[in-house]
Amino acid sequence: MTRLLVALLTVLVLAAPAAAGPPRQADLEAEIVCPTCKTTLDQSNSPIATRMKAFIRVRIAAGDSAAQIKAQLVDQFGPAVLAEPPKHGFDLLAWLLPLGALALGAVVVGGLAWTWSRRREDEPGAGEDVELDPALEQRVDEELARYEA
Amino acid sequence: MTGRAKTAGQVIAVAAVVGLLALLVWKLAFGNGSGAAGKLAKGEHPTAPAFTLERLDAPGTKLALAHLKGKPVVVNFWASWCIPCKDEAPALQKSYEKYRSRGLVVLGVDAQDFRGDAKRFARRFGVTYPLVYDGHGSTLGKWGVTGFPETFFVDRSGHLVGERIQGGIDTDRNRAAFAEGLRQALASAQ
Repeated sequence: MTRLLVALLTVLVLAAPAAAGPPRQADLEAEIVCPTCKTTLDQSNSPIATRMKAFIRVRIAAGDSAAQIKAQLVDQFGPAVLAEPPKHGFDLLAWLLPLGALALGAVVVGGLAWTWSRRREDEPGAGEDVELDPALEQRVDEELARYEA
Repeated sequence: MTGRAKTAGQVIAVAAVVGLLALLVWKLAFGNGSGAAGKLAKGEHPTAPAFTLERLDAPGTKLALAHLKGKPVVVNFWASWCIPCKDEAPALQKSYEKYRSRGLVVLGVDAQDFRGDAKRFARRFGVTYPLVYDGHGSTLGKWGVTGFPETFFVDRSGHLVGERIQGGIDTDRNRAAFAEGLRQALASAQ
């Protein structure tokens, strides 16, 4: 078990520098929005998208990190160039609202299910023995007797 | 669910649908040709939307359109990556040089562009009129700009005159409209 843990840690330590390596052009193109066509750069061949792709290529070659490249693009074009809104300040709402809506939906569905189950329990006769009409009961008995005979 | 809760839910659902429909109708009725350009197209002469932007030709300083009140202004929205902007740049510079003595200001608003590219553009085409930088494109909506280049005329009282010119000012389609806009702006009283 200890050996397994050591091996796992070794793999993680060796993999860490690779994960923190130079940013990939394709990743950044999928995370940056073309300001004129409003699609990500990888979906656009507009003149400004082409220019921004070239800028990213040059900055990667210069050794900038993904965060640095994004910061430079935000400085030039504003935060709207980020395909994903930042996870702080007012923009955090874009992340929290869908989760809030999901939680609210779960509460509403749960409440409805609970109400419906309670209503079925409260319905007259639910869970009680039902008394049959004596004439009908006699007829059923006769039919059963005939069937068994 | 009680009858009252069910009715309330239905009312909320219907209100939401009606609200969305109202938004759609509003967008269809007023969304197109929005901003100052939309009013200009209807024959109105709205006040030119205000802006204060950093200058490209004088780093570290800002220029407010309001400070140009009293002068006829040609506001030209452009970007260095826009081909027709390159074609019209010499004509704009020529107009500025010709009418500068009569108070004309040509103001280039470089939008959705890299600062460095815009400065190189200005050097390449020998632009000497003031240039401001709007990389975020924050002015475009208020003015109703839908593409580059677009040119507006502001008279001495700060109102838009002439017509919005979409595309290069020295094309066959736009040459007369540019001359007329320039004439109206220069002839205006404060």
